[in-house]
Amino acid sequence: MKRGYLLTFFILLTATIYIAKLFHLQVSGMDDDRNLLQSSTVKKIYTYPERGYIYDRNGTLLVSNRLSYNLMIVPREVKPLDTLEFCKLLKIDKNSFLRRYRKAKKWSSRLPSVFLPHLSKEDFAYLQEKMYQYEGFYIEKKAQRYYPIASAANVLGYVNEVNDETAKKNPYYHPGELIGTTGIEKQYEKLLRGSKGVKYMQRDRFNKIIGSFKNSMYDTLPVLGQDLQLTIDSELQQYGEALMQGKRGGIVAIEPSSGEVLSLITMPSYDPNLMIGRLRSKYSVQFFGDTINKPMYDRSLLAQYAPGSPLKIIHGLVGLQEKVIHPNTSFYCYHGYRYGAREKEFMGCHCDIYNAPINLRKGIAKSCNTYFSNVYKRVIEKYPTASEGMNAWNKHLRSFGLGDYLGYDLPLGSKGLVPDAAFYDRWYPSKRWRATYTISNAIGQGQILTTPIQLANMTAAIANRGFYFTPHFLKSKYGNSISDTIFNKAHQTSIDKKNFGPIIEGMHDVFRTGTAKHVRLKNIEICGKTGTAENFVRVHGTKHQFEDHSIFVAFAPKKDPKIAIAVYIENGGFGSTIAAPIASLMIEKYITHNVANTWWENKMFTTSLENIYNKQLKIRQSKSESSKK
Amino acid sequence: MDLPLILLYLTLVLFGWMNIYAASISEEQTLILDFSTKYGKQLLWIGLSFVLILGILFIEARTYEKFASIIYIASLFSLFCLFIFGKKINGATSWYSFGSFSLQPSEFAKAATALALAKLLSDKQYDLKLIKNQIKTFIIIFLPAVFITLQPDPGSGLVYAAFFFVLYRENLPVYYIAIGLVAIVLFVLTLAFGLQIVLTCSWALLLLFILYLQFYRKISLKFHWLKIVTLFATISAFIFSVDYVYNHIFEQRHRDRFNILLGKNTDTRGVGYNTNQSVLTIKSGGFSGKGYLQGDRTQGHFVPEQHTDYIFSTVGEEWGFVGSAFVILIFTMFVLRILKLAERQKTTFSRVYGYGIASIFFFHYLINIGMVIGLFPTIGIPLPFFSYGGSGLWGFTVLLFIFIKLDANRSYEL
Repeated sequence: MKRGYLLTFFILLTATIYIAKLFHLQVSGMDDDRNLLQSSTVKKIYTYPERGYIYDRNGTLLVSNRLSYNLMIVPREVKPLDTLEFCKLLKIDKNSFLRRYRKAKKWSSRLPSVFLPHLSKEDFAYLQEKMYQYEGFYIEKKAQRYYPIASAANVLGYVNEVNDETAKKNPYYHPGELIGTTGIEKQYEKLLRGSKGVKYMQRDRFNKIIGSFKNSMYDTLPVLGQDLQLTIDSELQQYGEALMQGKRGGIVAIEPSSGEVLSLITMPSYDPNLMIGRLRSKYSVQFFGDTINKPMYDRSLLAQYAPGSPLKIIHGLVGLQEKVIHPNTSFYCYHGYRYGAREKEFMGCHCDIYNAPINLRKGIAKSCNTYFSNVYKRVIEKYPTASEGMNAWNKHLRSFGLGDYLGYDLPLGSKGLVPDAAFYDRWYPSKRWRATYTISNAIGQGQILTTPIQLANMTAAIANRGFYFTPHFLKSKYGNSISDTIFNKAHQTSIDKKNFGPIIEGMHDVFRTGTAKHVRLKNIEICGKTGTAENFVRVHGTKHQFEDHSIFVAFAPKKDPKIAIAVYIENGGFGSTIAAPIASLMIEKYITHNVANTWWENKMFTTSLENIYNKQLKIRQSKSESSKK
Repeated sequence: MDLPLILLYLTLVLFGWMNIYAASISEEQTLILDFSTKYGKQLLWIGLSFVLILGILFIEARTYEKFASIIYIASLFSLFCLFIFGKKINGATSWYSFGSFSLQPSEFAKAATALALAKLLSDKQYDLKLIKNQIKTFIIIFLPAVFITLQPDPGSGLVYAAFFFVLYRENLPVYYIAIGLVAIVLFVLTLAFGLQIVLTCSWALLLLFILYLQFYRKISLKFHWLKIVTLFATISAFIFSVDYVYNHIFEQRHRDRFNILLGKNTDTRGVGYNTNQSVLTIKSGGFSGKGYLQGDRTQGHFVPEQHTDYIFSTVGEEWGFVGSAFVILIFTMFVLRILKLAERQKTTFSRVYGYGIASIFFFHYLINIGMVIGLFPTIGIPLPFFSYGGSGLWGFTVLLFIFIKLDANRSYEL
């Protein structure tokens, strides 16, 4: 029958297709050895290089490694044991023992897994002698980060064990390896970690290793982690952290001639040694869960505050550059500034120079609100429309790095806010706003927001008389020179060099006759500017005025500046009461390595704002409770 | 008795057992006759199947024809009773449980259906060109298939489609096969390319076909509007229904199986794990394999269900291309031998029966090996004589040896 051949045809067709497919799979697809490297019969053994050390600018060791010891278990090899004694030895209870044992067994009964991680060196020495009694358990050594000085945690960051998700995204990592999670550890992860070496070993069917795979021809050697030197001055950093005890806020100090960050302090902070090993899980919950003190929140980089009076320096510069004032332009102040329709609005001023001409230098030294409101108004009104004036003002401020991430080498940052015409067009949809609508910007209190590092960078640009270098934290890689030129390029501001002279004189007067004369130094000429930012907080619909923020920016010495610094203390009151002394002490410490001003030093060490913070917290809490009712 | 066929059978059974041994051996070496192990049990089933063979050969050949209807009805009854007394294993109520021992009636229903079909078609008055007879035939095939699909064991239900080869051979009008093939092609294309493209393309093809008829064959379309509209409507409706069934009736796990095959899903950890592991295992065998009991992926139990549905991957790893091609060749020779014997039968009953079981065997290894080497979606049916399981082995043995008995008897028939 002819019809019978259909099935025969299909049978032969199937045989042909299947044999062809098998040939493709098993014969022609087999020529590549590299596929074998992925085979489950080849075991990869990794050799981990030591993670690079981190030093400060003077060569002080900040981060090193320490061996940690993990107790490993191979459940199949475990023989009956005296559980009680074993638990006592490990300082765990019996339930914990059973839970760990079951977990390991569930994962694999013949492969080793971690039974108890991160034993201390002391525990290890003790356990090592007893271990022979317990078959199926052994101790494995592993390197762990160690911080000889418990300081600069926000700069250094910490390392974490890689989780499954990260390992999936980045094939270099396997779960359980170390990876930099924040700070320098994250930013320079590739340099610090080096790269692991791999040995390919042949396994038999019982997963036992029977020798190297193809005579080690595919093996690679580990590359050592790179040691890094930071621009941080550890001595200054620690001193700043000590001064900040009991206060909240940030200090940033920069070397103006290079953009190197000398210290980056945020308070409250944490002890980096608590974020390693066995302690981490406990403390990270505590640290990240502390929503009141926020120790993991880097205020020096992230917190966006109103800049307050230090912005008056910039307004002076912008006024000179836009030629709406000259150094001798004078305004009169009558305990404040009247503006608006028929001068109904009033902004108070504390300069106490009643009905006498105030020039630019005096205006800065005494921080006169009236003076800079006039300057600001003139700048905005110089142009045909307020929009154009606002955008010109915005451009000048941006050239100082305000409203910008700055591009420094830490994986954290805030942009801040420098409003422009489009911003106010959104606020006033009629678009009929004028200079006086935004007059609060004149004294750094309007919509403008800056971070402490932006303020420090701004001060550095003033110290340099017109340019700044991108702030950065990496000074050198030991054994290798830095090839990144982005840190060596000067950023020009939009202000001509000659306009800085009178402004800097004004800033110098702040220490001679002005708001910071109580903390002047005998042998160092400091130029600075105090700031006091009012602080309104809206709690469940009602507006509260909390304590003012205390602000200070300064650079020193006046000739050839070595340090530019910004100090921002939350709820610290006037700029001159807390921020100015701290800045002065920091400058003295950095330049002379020795503080003669011990009275202020002791006062700052002991000043605590905890009472104020607690009072504010109570207001927030009581309000939230009453709103619940 | 046909010696080549029996030798092929013995080769398959023996080689199959060797691979079950390799796939289920554990580290603790035990005796081959340890009935607590999979390979020990399978050896027992093989031994008992020889008893079964003796029984089958002992019964007079005529009896099978005479009692075909009763066997078929009894088999249907046993499938039906599963819904009441059946035991659930791996999600399907396909088993009768007798203590520690379970029996799967669907493995024997194939033989019963083949017998009933042979009996029906052996009537000389029976003409498959009549619609009435076609329907009767389809009911005989579909009843057990529907019962089995409802267990639910759709893979084993699908096997009954193999009987269409027999019907075609016995003069079922050719358009049934053509329609079936078109339906399969449209089904696969719709899944692969989506509703719109396939719909547009098929309309364009139909239009070309009509234009061809109109202008080259000079067949006036005036009188065939109804036919043309029906053709368009049927094809469109089919494509729409495929899309609907796939997206709304199928469960995600079914869709996943198709998507993996069509390359739309590359997840090798979840749904694609079995297929991926089995293909890798076969691939790792290379040309000559790693040697018997030396397959590290088999010994490491990388492929799930390796001793049952995925047994072919063991062959691929330990015996390499040589071994796996050998198995395919043996199966091909085995089926072709049955076909050759079937064609030389003097009675329609024996011929239809032989053709039926050849189609069944062919379908089984087509789908099973196709799935294991990644050419077919995951459809869980066993590889005859290879996969672990007593019911399967006995079912296939019964299927085969009834035919061997029929064939041995042919000289006595008229």
